[in-house]
Amino acid sequence: MSIQRRGFLASGAALGLAPLARPALAQGAPLKIGMITTLSGPGSYLGQDIRDAFLLAVEMEGGKLGGAPVQVMVEDDALRPGQGKQIADRFLKNERIKLLTGIVFSNVLGAVAPDVLDAGGIYVSPNASPSNLAGKECHKNFWSIAWQNDSLHESAGQLATNLGQKKMFILAPNYQAGRDAITGFKRLYKGQIAGEVYTRLDQTDYAAEMAQIRAAAPDGVYQFHPGGLGIAFVRQYIQAGLLANVPMTLASPSMDSTTLAAVGDAAVGVNVTSHWNSDFDNAASKRFVAAFQQKYGRLPTYYAQQGFDTALAIAAALKGTGGKVDDTEAFYRAMKPASFESTRGKFRFGTNNHPVQDWFALKVENVGGRPALVTKDRVLTDHGDAYASQCRF
Amino acid sequence: MALLLEQLLNGVQLGVMLFLLAAGLTLVFGIMGVINLAHGSLYMVGAYAAAVTASATGSAILSLLAGLVAAAAVGMALEYVVLRRLYARDHLDQVLATFGLILFFNQGMVLLFGRQPLFVDVPEALQGFVRVLPGIDYPVYRLVIIAIGLMVAFGLYWLIQRTRIGMLVRAGATHREMVRALGVDVRLLYTLVFGLGALLAGLAGLMAGPILSVQPGMGEQILITTFVVVVIGGIGSVRGALFGAVLVGVVDTMLRAYVPGLLREVMAGSEADALGAGLASMGVYLLMALVLLVKPRGLFPAHA
Repeated sequence: MSIQRRGFLASGAALGLAPLARPALAQGAPLKIGMITTLSGPGSYLGQDIRDAFLLAVEMEGGKLGGAPVQVMVEDDALRPGQGKQIADRFLKNERIKLLTGIVFSNVLGAVAPDVLDAGGIYVSPNASPSNLAGKECHKNFWSIAWQNDSLHESAGQLATNLGQKKMFILAPNYQAGRDAITGFKRLYKGQIAGEVYTRLDQTDYAAEMAQIRAAAPDGVYQFHPGGLGIAFVRQYIQAGLLANVPMTLASPSMDSTTLAAVGDAAVGVNVTSHWNSDFDNAASKRFVAAFQQKYGRLPTYYAQQGFDTALAIAAALKGTGGKVDDTEAFYRAMKPASFESTRGKFRFGTNNHPVQDWFALKVENVGGRPALVTKDRVLTDHGDAYASQCRF
Repeated sequence: MALLLEQLLNGVQLGVMLFLLAAGLTLVFGIMGVINLAHGSLYMVGAYAAAVTASATGSAILSLLAGLVAAAAVGMALEYVVLRRLYARDHLDQVLATFGLILFFNQGMVLLFGRQPLFVDVPEALQGFVRVLPGIDYPVYRLVIIAIGLMVAFGLYWLIQRTRIGMLVRAGATHREMVRALGVDVRLLYTLVFGLGALLAGLAGLMAGPILSVQPGMGEQILITTFVVVVIGGIGSVRGALFGAVLVGVVDTMLRAYVPGLLREVMAGSEADALGAGLASMGVYLLMALVLLVKPRGLFPAHA
C-alpha cells in the first residue's frame, strides 16, 4: 500500500487558463501561482471549492490578479502530506514558482509550509492555519486568509457559553487541526466538559462514539469533522436519535452548505459559528455569491469564500508590487495593509499575518421550505488569535 | 453494562460489513491467487449505483437490485478484461494493475458524479429504533445489516460446502492444478467467483451508503482493514473471513470506546485521550501481528 499516487494536473486549471493564454504572451510570461489542494478522496469537494473560487476570481479580472497576468497550476495532494511535499518540491525547483496556496488540511500544510518558506517562497493559506505557524514558528512569508485554526473553535466555545450549555461533549479527529479544535473550544468555553474523544481521520463509522455520547448525557455536543467526515458524523448522530435530545454547536467546517444538503431538514436548529455566510449583506459578498452560483450552479461554501478572498488578497499585493513576487520584502509591505474588499466585510492582518475579524452565530432554519444557514448575532468582535504574542519575525 | 452490550453490537455490525468485503477478497486471492486492490472500487460502484437509483426512483428495492447488479456486472467485466491477464503474472504486476484500476474508478466517479458526496436516506421501513434489551435502543437499520451479514455468511457456507460450484471453489483453492487437469472450465469458474466477490462488495457498499457518505475514494478507507481481516482469518478461507471480520470489528470498536477511558484513570485527561486514540487505531494491526505470531497462516488457513 506504500505506492504513492502520482499527482495530476486538474483539468479545471487548464479550463481557467485557456482565455488568458494569448494576451499573456504579449506581456511576457505570466506569473505562475502554485496551488496544492485536496481533489481526491473524502474531503475532495473542499479543495474543489477553493480551486473553483480562486479561478473564478482570476477569471473575473480577465486572467489577471492585481493587473498582473497569472497562470494557476493546480495539483492534487490526495490528503497525503508526502504527496503534497513532492508537489511543492517540483513547483519550487522545476517550475520556479515562488507563490503557493491552496492546501485544505493542516497535516499536509505541516509538511509543505517549511519547504516553501525555507526556499524563500511565499505561502498564502486559504484554509489550514495550525497553531505553530501563528506563534513561535510564524514567518513573514506565511499568510493566513481564512482564520487561525483555533479561532473557529473559540467562537463555537463562546457561542456554547452564550447559549448556556453547561456540560458539553467534544469530539475531533486525532491530527493537528483536531487537537487545535479541542484546545480552541476549551479556551472560551466556560462550562464543564462531559467527555473528550479523539476520532481517527480515516474513520467513517461513529457508532462507538454515539454510544459514548448517549451514556455521558451532556447538554450539548461540539464536534469538528470537516468534509465527508462531518456528513457521516451528523447523519449517524441523527440516525442514533441524538439530535432531538442533545443539540449540536458547531464551527463552520462541520456544517457547510454541502453538509447541510446531505443532512436535510433534521439539521434545523443546529447552531454554527462562522466568519462568513452566503447571506452576508455586503456588495463584495453578494457579487461573489452571484458569480459563483452562475458559473458553477451551486451555493459557495466557506471554503469557496476563503479561496476567493485568498485570490483577492494576492491581487491586492500584486497590485502594490507591480506583479512581482521576487522581492518578498516588497510583497510583505504590499500584502500587510490587506487593501482588498473582503467578502466578509471587515478584515485586517494581525502582527503574525493572521486575520483579525468578527465571528458570527449562524442557525440552521427553514427558509422557503429548505434548510439554510441564517446569520444571527456577532459572537466575537475583532478577534485575532492566542498565538500572535509569541510571534517575532 | 447496557453500554457495553451496545458497543458489542456496534462491533459486530462493523465486523459484518468487513466480512462482506473480506469474503470476496479472500476467495479471489485464495482461488485465483490475485491480490485485488480494486476490491474497494467495487464497493464504491455498488454504493453509487444504489444511491443514484434511490434518488431517481425513490425505491429501496430497486436501489438494492441496482447496487447488486452493477457491482457484479462491473466485477465480471473487470475479470474478463483485466484480471484474466494477470493470473500468470507475479504479485507486483497484479498490485500495479489493480492499483491503476483504483485510480481509474475514483476518477471515473468524479467525472460521472462530481466530487460532492451523494446522499441516501435509510429506507422508511428501516428507520427508528428497537429495544433489544432493557435500556438499549438500537437503530433498526444497523440490526438489519447484522442480520443480512449473518444470512450471507450462512448462504456462503451452504454454497461452498453443499453445492457443486462450492465443491469446485474448494477444490480450486486447495488443488488448483488438479481441477484444471480434470477439465473443469476454470475460466468460467474464475469469472463467477469474481462476480460473487464483487456482488458481496457491492452489497456492503449499498448498505453503507445511508450510514456513510457516498463519495469517490470511499473504498480505500475500508480496504486496508479488510486486508487485515483476510490475513487474520487465513487467506482463502471464508470461515476465517467471518471470524476475522467480527474479531476485528469488535476489537476495534471496544478499543476506541474504552482505551481512552481506562488511560484517563492513570494519566492526565488530554494526554490519555491522544494516546488512547493512537493506541486504538493501532489495535487491529497489533491484533494481526499477534495472530500471525501464534498462527502464521491465519486462524483458519485454507491451504492447510
